[in-house]
Order: sequence, then C-alpha cells, then structure tokens
Amino acid sequence: MADKTMALDDFPAALASGSTIGIGGWGSRRKPMALVRALLRSDVTDLTVVSLGGPDVGLLCAAGKVRKLVYGFVSLDSIPLDPHFRAARETGTIEVAEYDEGMFVAGLRAAASRLSFLPTRTGLGSDVLTMNPELKTVASPYCDEEYVAMPALRLDAALVHVHRADRAGNGQYLGPDPYFDDLYARAADRCYVSCEELVPTADLLDAGPPQSLLLSQIFTTGVVEAPRGAHFTTCAPEYARDEPFQTEYATAAKNPEDWREFARTYLGGDEAHYQAAVARFHADRTAKTQEATA
Amino acid sequence: MSAEFTRAEVCAVACAETWRGAGEVLAHTVGLVPTIGARLARLTHTPELVLSDGEAYLMSEPPPLGATAAEGGVVSGWLPFRTVFDIVESGRRQSMMGASQIDAYGNQNISLIGDWRRPDRQLIGVRGAPGNTVNHRTDYFVARHSPKVFVEQVDVVSGVGNDRARRHSSAGRHHRLVAVVTDLAVLGFGSEGRLRLESVHPGVTANEVRARTGFALDTEGAGVTRAPTGEELRLIREVIDPEGLRDREVRG
Repeated sequence: MADKTMALDDFPAALASGSTIGIGGWGSRRKPMALVRALLRSDVTDLTVVSLGGPDVGLLCAAGKVRKLVYGFVSLDSIPLDPHFRAARETGTIEVAEYDEGMFVAGLRAAASRLSFLPTRTGLGSDVLTMNPELKTVASPYCDEEYVAMPALRLDAALVHVHRADRAGNGQYLGPDPYFDDLYARAADRCYVSCEELVPTADLLDAGPPQSLLLSQIFTTGVVEAPRGAHFTTCAPEYARDEPFQTEYATAAKNPEDWREFARTYLGGDEAHYQAAVARFHADRTAKTQEATA
Repeated sequence: MSAEFTRAEVCAVACAETWRGAGEVLAHTVGLVPTIGARLARLTHTPELVLSDGEAYLMSEPPPLGATAAEGGVVSGWLPFRTVFDIVESGRRQSMMGASQIDAYGNQNISLIGDWRRPDRQLIGVRGAPGNTVNHRTDYFVARHSPKVFVEQVDVVSGVGNDRARRHSSAGRHHRLVAVVTDLAVLGFGSEGRLRLESVHPGVTANEVRARTGFALDTEGAGVTRAPTGEELRLIREVIDPEGLRDREVRG
C-alpha cells in the first residue's frame, strides 16, 4: 500500500500556477481551509477555482490568487455573501462563470464520467445562458425537447477535507452531509485530502458505517493530517462553525485596513500559528465577557 | 388593520395557501414567513406535505423555527444536498423563494444589480432559481412590496418568468408560477401570464398596491385576503413561532 501522506506545506508544490482547482465542502461547511491557508502561503497563483464557495473563495480572492471563479454561490451560510467575493465582483477583478447549483453539479458529474457535457433542463429560459455565452443547448434525439448541454468541469486538482483517512487515501466523513467531495475527487486528475485524524485502515469502520467511507484511494493523490483543518467552517460532529471568528473575518473583510490587520494576525505564519492565534482570539473574548459580567 | 391578527399572520396564512393540495411533495422555503406557511399548511389542510430542516434531514415533525434536526423534531429521512437536486429534477417539490426583483411576467432576480460583467451590487447569485422554476411549481414571497422589487425589467433572470417559459417549449414543460405573496397583497397571473392583483390584505387598498408596483398592475375584481382562523392563529402563535420571529420579517 502506497503511503500518500504529506506535510501540509508540501502540498502546494504539487500545484502549478494557472491550474484549475476544485474545492470541496459547501458554503461555510467542511471546507479544506488548512489546504487553502497553505495555498495562501505558497506562490501558486493565477488559479481557476471551481467551488460551491464559502470563505475558501473569499481568502483566495483576497490574496489575489484567483484568475477565474466558477461557482454556484459564494456564501458564509450565516452571512449571505462572502465580502471578499462581493468586492472582487463589484471591482471586476476576477473572471467568473456563475451557474445554477444543479448545473454546477451536472458539470462535475460530466467531468467525473469523462463526458464533455451532460444534458439538464436547468438553466433553460434563464440568464445563466446570457451570463455564460459559451453555453449551448442540445436537442434530444428521442423527443422534441431541448436541454442545456452543461460542459464538464474537469479539474487539475481537487482539495477536500474529511474527518478521518488512512495513509492510502481512503477518506471517511462523519457529518450529516457528504456534500460533493467524492464527485470533486472523480472530476480531478489529482485529489488532495486533508483529515482531522489519520488512522490505520483497520480502524476506519470503528467510527462509522461503510457508507461513511466517502473517498476511495483510487481517486486520491495525497493525504494531509490537519486537525481543525476545516476551521472556521463547520466540521460537524467534530466541531461546529466558529461563528464569532467567522464574524471577525467577515467584518475585517469589509475594510482594507482591518483586513491587513486580520491577515497579519492570523495568516502571517504557518498552520500552528493560525490555530494558536484563533485560540488567543477566543481566550480574549472569554476574558472580555467575564470582565463585562464581573 | 384589525387588532385580532397581525399583517405577518395574514402573510403566513396566505403562504400556507400556496401548498393547499400540493400533495406528497417536498416543500422548499426561503425566509421565515414562507417557512411558517409551509408548516402551517402541513398542520392544517395538507398533512402529506414533506418538510426538511433546511440542512440534511426530512422531518415528520418539524424542529423549532430556525433550528436544524439536531435541535429537535423527528427525522424521517436523509436529504443531503446531492439528493435535493435529484428531487428538484424529479418535480416532486414545490418552492416558495424570495425575490430582489420581479417583473410583470414573474421573472425573478436574486443574482445581482447592474451588469453581470461588473455588478453595481453583487447579491446572492442565481442559486437554485433557474432549476426550481423549470422543474416544479415555484411561488414567491416579498416581505416589502415596493417599486424597487416590482420592476419593469429585472437585471438578471434567475427565476424564469411566464413570457420566457412560453417562448421555449422545453423550459415551459414543467414551469408553473402561481402566486406572489407580499406584505400588502396576494398577486396571481392572468391569462397573458402577467401579474395581477388577486387580493389585498385587510387594511390595504388596491391603489396602494398599484402605487408600490413598478409596472401596470391589473387590479380588476381583486378581493380581500382571508383572515386567519382561530386555529391557524393558535398554531402560528403557540406551536410554530412562539417567539414571534415573523414580526421581524413583516412589520405592521
């Protein structure tokens, strides 16, 4: 069995600037944030990012690493829009392809099946076709219906985060929703998996049923152990979204000076530095609350 | 306005009416008052309606308002996002979405304001509106009826309107818009596919609605939205929304 484990900061070297990367999770849910933070520390840039987006997209936009964004939405869930994404759109700094969420998934499914497109009714009659002038329709050979031919969203690499994985790259999720992480893996030439915990293969089924084994080693390239690697997005049941910290992020993102300060405090060092800074953020908050109630 | 019920309660009942006779389908809602409406429908006239917690579960008993399955309620099924798209495409679903803009033919925009290449204001994006509107019945709820929402032309067609659905037979095959419930009125669609006034809420006049709509609105024959029954008020106030969250979405 090949050992695919790698150090967090070694993973960006596997990506060339100009790559198309898919980022798993959904909105502000089980995003591979530690992998994204490693990308921020690297000189990889000029990326085409394919994501049902959350703060992963926001952070990459803020760092100027996105050339083109392909998305179904970019939301923080408890906050409707990521402020960096909004700013990138309103200043016109990134190229975009906005699709209906279902079309986005159809594009991944096409890529995973090595098809150039999949037909879908979704998008017909809407301005998704106006906003993506390259989209074409296809006539059914069986009846008089016409469908949108959603092009494959083929990826150079996929980045996903799960609860547990073994060294061969078999990944397990323990939350309520797999999102589309297995689909991203199949749609990509290479898939990098971060996990809360690296475990022996024989222990995988101790934590969940066979259905929880979402990612097969067939589709994974590298495995990174990254505890709290989805922070500040939710990684239920392991941990919930860090709402106070997400609010801190979104507030700072609205003002360039505040953002520089946020980036210095949290993104200026390695992953251990980040996690320590987050711990300090919460310790300070607790101290303030105690002061206020004393 | 009568002191016996609030405007938000009238809206919730009008929203509930959109699911009357919907059958055993998944109810999808965006916003608080439509969510109250779907639960009210399920607890009164349409018990076969299937609800979700808005996350990953189907609920036979809904969780408290604004909470997920983990925080109460009875789970009857699993509904991860991947399955939501399967259900949308199956047609066994009925939505009530919001609208940042809506035009006379029911074209709806939640994506952005201005030019899509460089928007003046990026909104939440088209989300699932294109898929919802061409796959199953979709209604809308507008918490603040104004000429900024009811516009001559939407900036981006997210939800497909009747004119576009009629021009494109494949888009129109499963397309069905029926109602737009607002804080002032219930609008429906005339035979030309244009929005028309069905009823004004108690205390509102047709002229008020016309003045707050950015295109010509047929108000001929409009009635008055029915008042909530005592049982509906009890369910809204004591069972579904005891904290009165509805009054934050619809004032007055």
